[in-house]
Amino acid sequence: MATEYLFIVYLQPPPAKYGGRHTVTLIPGDGIGPELLNHVRELFRFSCVPVDFEVVHVDSASTSEDDINNAITAIRRNGVALKGNIETNHTMPSNHKSRNNLLRLSLMSDGRVPQIWPMTVHLDRFTSVRSQHSCHFLSLSTSLDLYANVMHCQSLPGVQTRHKNIDIIIIRENTEGEYSSLEHESVTGVVESLKIITRNNSLRIADYAFKLAREKGRRRVTAVHKANIMKLADGLFLQCCKEVASGYPDIEFDSMIVDNTTMQLVSRPHQFDVMVMPNLYGNVVSNVCAGLVGGPGLVPGANYGRDYAVFETATRNTGKSIANRNIANPTAMLLASCLMLDHLKLHDYANMLHTVDIGGQGTTSEVVQSIMRIIQSGGPLTTEI
Amino acid sequence: MFIAARSALFLVSRRLQPWTRVKKRTANNLKSPAVCCQRKKSSYTPPPAKYGGRHTVTLIPGDGIGPELLNHVRELFRFCCVPVDFEIVRVDSSASSEDDINNAVTAIKRNGVALKGNIETNHNLPPSHKSKNNLLRTSLDLYANVMHCQSLPGVPTRHKDVDVIIIRENTEGEYSNLEHENVPGVVESLKIITRVNSLRIAEYAFNLAREKGRRKVTAVHKANIMKLGDGLFLQSCKEVAAGYPDITFDNMIVDNTTMQLVSKPQQFDVMVMPNLYGNVVSNVCAGLVGGPGLVPGVNYGKDYAVFETATRNTGKSIANKNIANPTATLLASCLMLDHLKLHAYAKMIRKAVLKTLSETQLHTADLGGQGTTSEVVHTIMQEIQRGGPRTSEQI
Repeated sequence: MATEYLFIVYLQPPPAKYGGRHTVTLIPGDGIGPELLNHVRELFRFSCVPVDFEVVHVDSASTSEDDINNAITAIRRNGVALKGNIETNHTMPSNHKSRNNLLRLSLMSDGRVPQIWPMTVHLDRFTSVRSQHSCHFLSLSTSLDLYANVMHCQSLPGVQTRHKNIDIIIIRENTEGEYSSLEHESVTGVVESLKIITRNNSLRIADYAFKLAREKGRRRVTAVHKANIMKLADGLFLQCCKEVASGYPDIEFDSMIVDNTTMQLVSRPHQFDVMVMPNLYGNVVSNVCAGLVGGPGLVPGANYGRDYAVFETATRNTGKSIANRNIANPTAMLLASCLMLDHLKLHDYANMLHTVDIGGQGTTSEVVQSIMRIIQSGGPLTTEI
Repeated sequence: MFIAARSALFLVSRRLQPWTRVKKRTANNLKSPAVCCQRKKSSYTPPPAKYGGRHTVTLIPGDGIGPELLNHVRELFRFCCVPVDFEIVRVDSSASSEDDINNAVTAIKRNGVALKGNIETNHNLPPSHKSKNNLLRTSLDLYANVMHCQSLPGVPTRHKDVDVIIIRENTEGEYSNLEHENVPGVVESLKIITRVNSLRIAEYAFNLAREKGRRKVTAVHKANIMKLGDGLFLQSCKEVAAGYPDITFDNMIVDNTTMQLVSKPQQFDVMVMPNLYGNVVSNVCAGLVGGPGLVPGVNYGKDYAVFETATRNTGKSIANKNIANPTATLLASCLMLDHLKLHAYAKMIRKAVLKTLSETQLHTADLGGQGTTSEVVHTIMQEIQRGGPRTSEQI
């Protein structure tokens, strides 16, 4: 049963390559997204990286979902995207869904069954429940299905933190779990929020985690769960992880309850190697780790699907309060763009951008300027500053 | 049979008394629930289990390190001549019947106060086997879990001057134990948020903040994703906040909260949140102030209070090795003594515990020291003896 769901971790290079230049969708988002992505473009232009950006604006305030549909179409066309976080105003009505989530989720509006979900009955039930809440679904017949969110937390040299030498990879299930957006109020004053865990998705993410661990030469994978309370749901997740683990005897597998995990992360983070978990725990644990290595401005994240990849900052902060003040830390976004270059197999360019040294009181532009200087001193591959 | 007797008595009394008098009595009793609750809330009444000046407290040893640490508590109480008797109720974590936990609940209802160790929940057992700790909390309606995280002097930590009170809704949220598998391979887990419970916990939080002179209450939520559920929680908190203009109210999304806690925990004062976030956040805070062996926690209901360690660790791997840190359990017992209005004893024991922690540098393994549990308890007893004559025979 498990062999049906073995997905290849190495994605094929995206098809949008013409004349040796890749096209990547760029979604500026809100807050600090636009300014940081502008810096990325500047830097790419400076370093003569053969990447063109197709900019798609998504308006977080509009109620129609056309703009996000356009973005998804663009990503499907290009295969790769770099995005800033799109703000989700939680005071708006509940049918106004999180656009970031819409992008990640696998939604089937026309009831077509994808290969990974063999249960048609279940799928129809899902669409009927969702139609009660949303104005209109995405009208696409396929979707992005970015099921794995990967965040590599490393202590960066030159950044002062309380913990040193942290190196943890966090793999978070990106499409289901608590983020299913299925809520209803059957009785006034009582809200039920559904957390969905499926065997298919759990096997898929566990497989991804172990493959990645093997690829990167990691020794141990830890599953984070709360199966003592949510016995069926997290119990299923844990069981799937165990099944997949039996196929990787060279990698050690253990599990830890999420509360103990967060406590251990705060006191002894070095015991963790690769961690795999459902959506909400992934959110919390990745933010704790980001805090440990120096904050939200330093860690890049990647969302991988079978066919698409979207790169962004790991902690998905909009940064409204520091927008347009030239004080945001560009590191996370720049490292995310490096990950993107690695994904596009432009490794030389990625390595060049990697050797940066960030520290001090600088503004965003100063930091970018110093990066450019370092790149220039590194070799002749640049245009003039 | 009891119910039959009661109804028989009622029928007889109705026959014997004129109809009008009975009617008046029932009319008098038909006050609104709100008024009844307010009357009970006006001043705290000590729990009823007090006879001859001695309180009776239910003791649930639990599993792992629970029994040995609670033995130390009893030893210490005997040594200090604390007028508390313990009624021990054992709960077997592996038994599938719920009789033992029902006995425990009855005992707590009788005594009003309990001190417990964590009962292990083996998640390899079938799902019909519910968490007994959770059963206890929901049967007694212990709706507020309060944990006061303070940096203790003498404990080496990366963060200094942390002083956060975490109030966590204890009965609903993700811990509703409502799960089903309609389609094989797809599990739905229900997270329930109700207006009534959210208002109640928010009210508790603001009351506590006012009582302790705190300036700010932060609600922790994930309303950008769980719009209805956490949206309702947040809205309830805002409504209650409107009635407390002297206290600042703000809110923060749980992922940002955990990140801020790890970098700047000093910005938080009082935090209120639903069940799961409370679990995670309280463990993060416990980690910040030195670990699970240092922080006590309390579960308050309208009529009952259960005291335990804040992070509810069973500690199976260190059970019976004499290396567990007794501080959390001892501080929990001090909180219990405060609740029973035995403040002098509480103060005495707390002072001794904190002094042992800070001055003698006798730390157990979890704090990086070499001390054993019994050494620590012994030192605490010596400290108490030094403090005054209120002890039983010499150690």
